[in-house]
Amino acid sequence: MSSEHIDEVSGISTTGHEWDGIRELNNPLPRWWVITFYITIAWAAAYTIAFPAWPMLTSASKGVLGYSSRNDVKNELAAAEAAKGKYVAAIQQKTVSEIASDNALREFAVAAGGATFKVNCVQCHVSGAQGSKGFPNLNDDDWLWGGKAEQIQQTITHGIRFGSDADTRQSEMPAFADVLEPEQIAQVSAYVASLSGSVRDKTLIQPGAEVFADNCAGCHGESAKGNRELGAPDLSDAIWLHGSGESAIAAQVRAPKQGVMPAWGARLGDTKVKELTVYIHSLGGGE
Amino acid sequence: MLDQTQIERHEAEAVTCVKLRQPLYAARKKIFPKRASGRFRQFKWLVMAVTLGIYYLTPWLRWNRGAFAPDQAVLLDLANRRFYFFFIEIWPQQFYYVAGLLMMAGIGLFMVTSTVGRAWCGYTCPQTVWVDLFLVIERALEGDSSARIKLDAARWTARKLFVRGAKHAIWLIIAAATGGAWIFYFADAPKLLGAVLTGAAAPAAYVTIAVLTGTTYLFGGLMREQVCTYMCPWPRIQAAMLDENSLTVTYNDWRGEPRSRHAKKALASGKAVGDCVDCNACMAVCPMGIDIRDGQQLECITCALCIDACDGVMDKLGRARGLVSYATLADYNANMALATAGGTGAINPALIRSSSTTFVNAIAGFHLRKIFRLRSFIYLGAWSAIGLVLLFSLLTRERLALTVLHDRNPQFVTLSDGSIQNGYTVKLVNMIAAPRTIMLSLEGLAGAEMSVVGVDLPAGRSFAIPVAPDRLTMLKVFVRQPANQVSKPAQSFAFRIGDEASSESAEYTASFNAPEITR
Repeated sequence: MSSEHIDEVSGISTTGHEWDGIRELNNPLPRWWVITFYITIAWAAAYTIAFPAWPMLTSASKGVLGYSSRNDVKNELAAAEAAKGKYVAAIQQKTVSEIASDNALREFAVAAGGATFKVNCVQCHVSGAQGSKGFPNLNDDDWLWGGKAEQIQQTITHGIRFGSDADTRQSEMPAFADVLEPEQIAQVSAYVASLSGSVRDKTLIQPGAEVFADNCAGCHGESAKGNRELGAPDLSDAIWLHGSGESAIAAQVRAPKQGVMPAWGARLGDTKVKELTVYIHSLGGGE
Repeated sequence: MLDQTQIERHEAEAVTCVKLRQPLYAARKKIFPKRASGRFRQFKWLVMAVTLGIYYLTPWLRWNRGAFAPDQAVLLDLANRRFYFFFIEIWPQQFYYVAGLLMMAGIGLFMVTSTVGRAWCGYTCPQTVWVDLFLVIERALEGDSSARIKLDAARWTARKLFVRGAKHAIWLIIAAATGGAWIFYFADAPKLLGAVLTGAAAPAAYVTIAVLTGTTYLFGGLMREQVCTYMCPWPRIQAAMLDENSLTVTYNDWRGEPRSRHAKKALASGKAVGDCVDCNACMAVCPMGIDIRDGQQLECITCALCIDACDGVMDKLGRARGLVSYATLADYNANMALATAGGTGAINPALIRSSSTTFVNAIAGFHLRKIFRLRSFIYLGAWSAIGLVLLFSLLTRERLALTVLHDRNPQFVTLSDGSIQNGYTVKLVNMIAAPRTIMLSLEGLAGAEMSVVGVDLPAGRSFAIPVAPDRLTMLKVFVRQPANQVSKPAQSFAFRIGDEASSESAEYTASFNAPEITR
């Protein structure tokens, strides 16, 4: 450090810093400022004692006030759970039909079920529950296994063709590639397509109806309205899980695709399944 | 290249030098305003009674709104997001009424300031009113100006301790009542009073009372004129609104000067003598501690107490009132020019007087025409226009409204019979504090029907929906149209709501989406 330099004009010592002949006066800081500065230091020291601060080998000092942000979150979550408690208790008590007919309870269940849906179901059924080819649209009024609240609840709880659940919805359409002649498959496909739309070759319809009566009516019904007991789809409506049109129908006749839905009862628990049921039921197709 | 020797140099002490080091703030000069009496003091008492009355009593006024709304006349119900003002109820989305009122307040302040100067500061500002109130207490306990000066200078005795202690105690009680009154605007006043007294009120209530008690005591009792002079931005802003035709409190030195304490002696010796007898009465009553005779000053809040004080002295001396008066700068300048013969000499009382007690006719004086000029009327026009727009909007506003949100995911759903279904969230807003039944119906969209979630009725084109009082009711509505009636991918139609009892109605145009190709 250089020897002390006193500014001529003011008689105050300078800091020794010089820029192009301009020196910085070494005026003392205002007393209030210095006191405030010392208070902040004391405050900081006290703060590290009061709150978790000092890093140790495996954790950090706990702080004498015992504060923990993890506890804060835990308390807030507990408070949120407690706030929901009244509704959750009612949902546990009531059947899904009762929940759906109670305005306040239904609003709660739809919101809660919607959240559960976003986490667990959108992977197959898509965010708006509109599904995609092979994965059913849950907004419409066509239900393979029934669209009443209790039927939806059964499907969610035990799944469809889900091997590890004994009560799962079970059905299997045989592959007709080896049973029927290619010509018969073309005929029956034309007949089925004609039930809800137009076909190219109308002459195929009549023989197709015969093939249908012999081979398909057992499960799909004589008028092709399907059978929910068996999960056999209604073939006379406008909704096609595996694609519409003669060729898509023919492909399904030859070697049917059979979707699998997991059982959610054990994984989500009764309350969440009920909420989810009410949510699905409220999407616009519930019966 | 700059020639250093050519630069003019001045001798000046460095402001930072050791021997000149001084505090950055001027110490407060203690002010002991004397009690004034006169017209303006009377008017100020009246204003004080009215403004304090409004502040303390408003939350206790009742207004019957029926069983479904609070009966407090003025209530800012933050928890339920409603603002009640007598017959007016404002929802958060109607906050533009408050914005409009604030604009009116702003323009109103321009209007008042451009005509009668800083009347807000002098008469109605809470700072002025509360300082006045605190001074009443101070005078009652410690006496008037001279007694207070004596007491302040005296040694601390038991009496001084008692008097001062009582003063601060009463100030604190008034401050607590002021802070306490504030919270009653935000909740039911009688219930909240009980809760506050039994310690059952929300912590926010106590914190608010504590903060407002502290600020009232500090600003009204301890800081007083310093708030106006150093803290408040209004003096600067209002000063910018004044022009030469605005009234301000003015010392008319054209008739006051040369001032003389011994007028008779001076007259006898042949000197010119003005009306000012230099009695300092104007300074004694000034709550800001200034001398109005120094001319226009930032500190002057135009409380007009010096006018009262001077008028009293003039009356006693048998001279015309108005040595200190409300005057415009234009009038003052004209009279000054008259008194100094166009600025060519010192003030000569002979030039403005026709006798010892009367003035020449050329003296300019107060006239309403001078105050209300084009500028004032432009302010008045803007102020009234906003007021009328607000009033019209208030009288014609809808108390029944609906908004519709079209489901975006999925945009449409094909049903088993081929018909197309769209989902909507319909929000019915009933802004009346009474339950009613609203008819919700479809307008347009050929062949379409709707169903409402939670309403167990077959699909139709019209539903009666019961709505709660003063609430928003949210419905999930599905609209379906048969496939053969779908004309294009996006059709426009409307949801219509109506209340048959009040014949109110509202409509919301929505869109109905369908796939590009339908069977």
